[in-house]
Amino acid sequence: MSKGNRSNSQNQSRLNQKPARNRVESRANPIIKKMKIPEPSLVLLIGASGSGKSTFARKHFKPTEILSSDFCRGLVSDDETDQTATGDAFEVLRFIAAKRLAAGKLTVIDATNVQVEARKPLLALAREYHYLTVAVVFDMPIKLCQERNEARPDRNLKPHVVLQQSRQLRRSLRNLKREGFRHFVYVMPTPETVEAICVERQPLWVNRTSEQGPFDIIGDIHGCFDELVELLKELGYNISTYPDGDTIVEPPQGRKAVFVGDFVDRGPKVTEVLRLVMKMQKSDRALCIPGNHDVKLIQALRGRNVNLTHGLAESLSQLEKESTEFKTQIVEFIDSLVSHYVLDNGKLVVAHAGMKEELQGRASGRVREFALYGETTGETDEFGLPIRLNWADEYRGSAMVVYGHTPVAEPQWINRTINIDTGCVFGGQLTALRYPEKELVSIPAHRTYYEPIKPLVDEVDKSSSVGTQQSDDILNIDDVLGRRIISTRLHHNVTIREENTITALEVMSRFAVNPKWLIYLPPTMSPTETTSNPGLLEHPAEGFTYYRKQGVSKVIWEEKHMGSRAVVVVCRDPETTKRRFGVSDDTLGICYTRTGRRFFSDAAIEAELLGQVKSAIDKVGYWETFNTDWICFDCEVMPWSVKAQELLQQQYAPVGASARVALEETIASLKTASERGIDVNCILDNYRQRASAVTAYIKAYQEYCWPVQSIADMKLAPFHLLATEGAVYFDRDHLWHMQILTKLCQSSKDNLLFATHYGIVDVTDNASQTEAIRQWEQLTERGGEGTVIKPLDFVVQGKRGLVQPAIKCRSREYLRIIYGPEYTLPQNLERLRSRGLSHKRTLALREFALGVEALERFVHREPLSRVHECVFGVLALESEAVDPRL
Amino acid sequence: MYSPATDLGYLLHKHPSRIQSFDLSFGQAHVFYPEASTEKCTAALLLDVDSVGLIRRPRGQFTENFALAQYVSDRPYVASSFLSVAVARVFGSALSGKCKERPELVKTEIPLSARLSILPCRGGDKLLRRLFEPLGYTIEAEQHALNTHFPDWGESRYFTVTLQNTCSLSELLTHLYVLIPVLDDEKHYWVGDAEIEKLAKHGNDWLAAHPEQESIVRRYLKHQHRLTSQALTQLREKDGQETHKTTQAQAEAQIEERIGLNEIRLVAVTEILKQCGAKRVLDLGCGEGKLLPKLLAERQFEEIVGMDVSHRALKIAQKRLHHDRLPEKQKERIRLFQGSLGYRDKRLSGYDAAAVVEVIEHLDLPQLAVFERVLFEFACPRKVVLTTPNIEYNVKFENLQAGYFRHKDHRFEWTRDEFQSWAVGISKRFGYTVVFHPIGPAVEDIGPPTQMAVFTREDGGEGTI
Repeated sequence: MSKGNRSNSQNQSRLNQKPARNRVESRANPIIKKMKIPEPSLVLLIGASGSGKSTFARKHFKPTEILSSDFCRGLVSDDETDQTATGDAFEVLRFIAAKRLAAGKLTVIDATNVQVEARKPLLALAREYHYLTVAVVFDMPIKLCQERNEARPDRNLKPHVVLQQSRQLRRSLRNLKREGFRHFVYVMPTPETVEAICVERQPLWVNRTSEQGPFDIIGDIHGCFDELVELLKELGYNISTYPDGDTIVEPPQGRKAVFVGDFVDRGPKVTEVLRLVMKMQKSDRALCIPGNHDVKLIQALRGRNVNLTHGLAESLSQLEKESTEFKTQIVEFIDSLVSHYVLDNGKLVVAHAGMKEELQGRASGRVREFALYGETTGETDEFGLPIRLNWADEYRGSAMVVYGHTPVAEPQWINRTINIDTGCVFGGQLTALRYPEKELVSIPAHRTYYEPIKPLVDEVDKSSSVGTQQSDDILNIDDVLGRRIISTRLHHNVTIREENTITALEVMSRFAVNPKWLIYLPPTMSPTETTSNPGLLEHPAEGFTYYRKQGVSKVIWEEKHMGSRAVVVVCRDPETTKRRFGVSDDTLGICYTRTGRRFFSDAAIEAELLGQVKSAIDKVGYWETFNTDWICFDCEVMPWSVKAQELLQQQYAPVGASARVALEETIASLKTASERGIDVNCILDNYRQRASAVTAYIKAYQEYCWPVQSIADMKLAPFHLLATEGAVYFDRDHLWHMQILTKLCQSSKDNLLFATHYGIVDVTDNASQTEAIRQWEQLTERGGEGTVIKPLDFVVQGKRGLVQPAIKCRSREYLRIIYGPEYTLPQNLERLRSRGLSHKRTLALREFALGVEALERFVHREPLSRVHECVFGVLALESEAVDPRL
Repeated sequence: MYSPATDLGYLLHKHPSRIQSFDLSFGQAHVFYPEASTEKCTAALLLDVDSVGLIRRPRGQFTENFALAQYVSDRPYVASSFLSVAVARVFGSALSGKCKERPELVKTEIPLSARLSILPCRGGDKLLRRLFEPLGYTIEAEQHALNTHFPDWGESRYFTVTLQNTCSLSELLTHLYVLIPVLDDEKHYWVGDAEIEKLAKHGNDWLAAHPEQESIVRRYLKHQHRLTSQALTQLREKDGQETHKTTQAQAEAQIEERIGLNEIRLVAVTEILKQCGAKRVLDLGCGEGKLLPKLLAERQFEEIVGMDVSHRALKIAQKRLHHDRLPEKQKERIRLFQGSLGYRDKRLSGYDAAAVVEVIEHLDLPQLAVFERVLFEFACPRKVVLTTPNIEYNVKFENLQAGYFRHKDHRFEWTRDEFQSWAVGISKRFGYTVVFHPIGPAVEDIGPPTQMAVFTREDGGEGTI
């Protein structure tokens, strides 16, 4: 049984909102009980001063819903009765009203509104925001108003003013509908009527947000009945056909079909399709919205003079043998359909030709036009078809929009919108989208029923590049400029300050790789708290303590390689690069730095590196294991000198060279002086210590340099398997990552891939910690940079929120590169111990959350702009001023 | 030969048999004598710069971006402005040529030798000699490798230098005081007007006649244009009109050569924009705003927008335009904002013309496709005036090594053929016509230094959104 009375409606207008039952012929029927007010709508209270508008408003609406002209007068002039402030007051009122309408809020205008000129701008506003308007008229006896005004100490109205207002009101009454209030005019002639009124808010017909699905949304059918039956079966619907041709469809438990319209024209079995769909809708097994063909058909059935083109003639001839009664049912059915639906708490919008964000859930002729026909430029292409404006390209709304109307070869996600009309009647397919699963199910057409005027092409192929991100090929400056708030699943909202986005825009534009590759940027990492161990700044014990305090018992240490951080994306073939990443440069992927720059300036080296990683993946069989065509790794590339050559030659080597000679000469002079009997011993000792510190410094930085002639001299150490098709691996612990990657490294025959040493530590167990510390000491004595300590689980939410995903613990010798050759001298070290970690740590968490968010969005095939905003955020946060030595 | 050599102790005002230490704002200085006999006397000034202490100070005392901001810094080990400051502090009287006890020594020319353990020379051995030889020094200089383990890293800019001259000690110290920071080409403190006075004081006798006068002044004043020209004027006034005129003429010619091409380019672009009748124009990639004043000077342009990706460049542009002091009417005509040609931007829609002067070569080639759509598909002004270097002309630049681009940030430079086929491709894809113009004097077979394409939208520009 139908829950609503939608299908019974005889006179559904084109406005998506059934009006007749709300219409009140008040003069003939003075006592109105119920006042139905659509929500949202713009309600104008109309009445002379003292007619009881404000009292009425306060009784039936929330204070925030009421915009009163008196109040606005007070806002701008400190005096609610100051008539000279009226102009400014109304400007303020309209400004606030516009904001509320844009936000989709019910708004009540409490002003006299008795003149047509006063109502006009408000009606225009409603039109601009596709709002229904309601006129609530207080046609009170003049005497009553005058008495009320006299009783108010704050009002000083001359009686003739009220008289004039009443006259203006009466003059308006007849024309209110024509002015634009159309279906909602309520006139109340006595205080008793006002008193008796009961306001009932009624959601718009398009609003079905309480229906949460799951749904099976089915594309344009155009009379392809056989394919429809097949598709429904494929979707698990139980279909029984009775000998009399009647078909009963039973959806799987809890599911409901949603048809995007265009049931008729062109195809072979228009009647059957209509019968089935009407029945499903009547029994609440389906939601239907109208298509442009359906609307045109009923015009023809109503006997209007329409062109019998685009397959309409076929529909009519098929319907010819049907009873008049059935034809009437068809007309009623189509006529009752609402332009579009907003479903599942506003997360899903279904419309025949799509729906812009600002029109979703609104009601106007323009909304219905858009739903049926989309937006066109008014021009036609070489096939005589209208050129469509691609609203989806610019769509930035949060609701998913599913639509049909324009046949495409392959359904494509464009900015959270998808067109599922795959042109079944033209020999394509009939497609359904399962919601919320986002799975596509298609049935190929049995044959081509109707020759397309132009060949079906992917919208994708038309714009040079191909891929999931093709159509939002070009990012919009509005996606990155200014202060940004990015919502992440790990760490709530991350705010990016404007001065950081200013810096990031330059870095991103001038130096970063093609944004389509940037699906992740790694977070910054904080060191351990400063240790009190003599001679050291950092020590593993501090790392263990941090995690123990956060309630983490198991941690992992991994060797920290002194190289350069790199993100590597490897595709199975250049075809995947093109299809999935939308980059058609015939490469197998990319290797980029932590600031999004291309790692290798030499394309040949990059290609070789990617080739070797790919063949290791081939060999270990991870394409199949992870059911993917691409893999994204977090890595370290060694040696350091590959990437840091300029830094080495500009900074590290010069300091070493100058220090060595300067100290040698100093010591020699001091020695000579000492031999002369001058007491320089104290200084000499100090300089000898300094010289050995400098020697140690030169040794330390040299350790991480070796000459690189070719890729054979390089090492790539992957330490996180970040993502593959459809999946991220932040739910796996680091032991899993290490094991998966060790296996990969072992299958590399080229010596490029390098497995990272690691160990598991129980930070509640002393023996376990001592052993780990011993290993750290061994490793750093061998010249290692140190270790990274991470909680065993990739993501840990502690008592006070997200826990640091990793902490670095660097060796005494390595830190010479950071804090200077002589930092270990006691007088230096003591001063360096005070260092503030908290800013660095907050940044690390925010960047971590953004990086994870970027990958999640990418694997869930969210639009490029949504992925980009996260990596852009990481880059922006990197411009925060924080001690670079941490 | 001067005897007794230990008179050096009187001149320096430091006793040869003691070690003395001095506290300085950036560390300590020690003075001691490794040898002191009647034949030979050596005084050592050992500078102990406290690098950790320098960084841990409140900010603002040292110039930004200075190497000192890093803990890993050569400053504690090299002769730099720190040494000059120490000389003035520790050997102040010797520097200014005062000696209470033996005043006659001050003017005496004695054979002196100065050894600098590590002297950074930006400009190398050549500059070192050009600076000291005219002052009568004999120079011994040993250059040090960056790292002997990695010979292919090459040489460092550090030299161990011995300077010999027969002159007064005060002369020697003065020369070192001025020339050490000049060779290092860096200063650890803020350089302002006071620095001109210091230079005048210490360069009083010798700078006006020094052939490297200009580069000494420029480097000493940290390349600050205003200070440099002020100091040079002062010096020349002292030296008489003759040299003044010639050097100025030389400088002018040099500048002519340098700014000539840029000027020609800007004039050509402005001219095209004027001719096409544009009223609302964009300068995309306006940089520090070289074209904007030219556009502002033409009353035809009612609305001028400068966009650049660098916020810093825009700030400079704003300054150059004296934006805050422009009359209201003028100010209304011009607007600057940050933006990127890698993103579509509705702020760029609806303009009559866009100038894209020397911009595309700063974009990565693969990103050019995005730029094309952003400009020609989405912004789609009626006219686009676009310039870029002609790589064929690079052989004409003597200072440009073969295989290098004109600017470090250039991602590519095109031949005339490459540029024209790219531009024709664009015009076809986006519905424009294109005409090419040379900028600067064209050379046979090589073409002009700069090439310009002028695109005109085929639909005549109606229906701009």
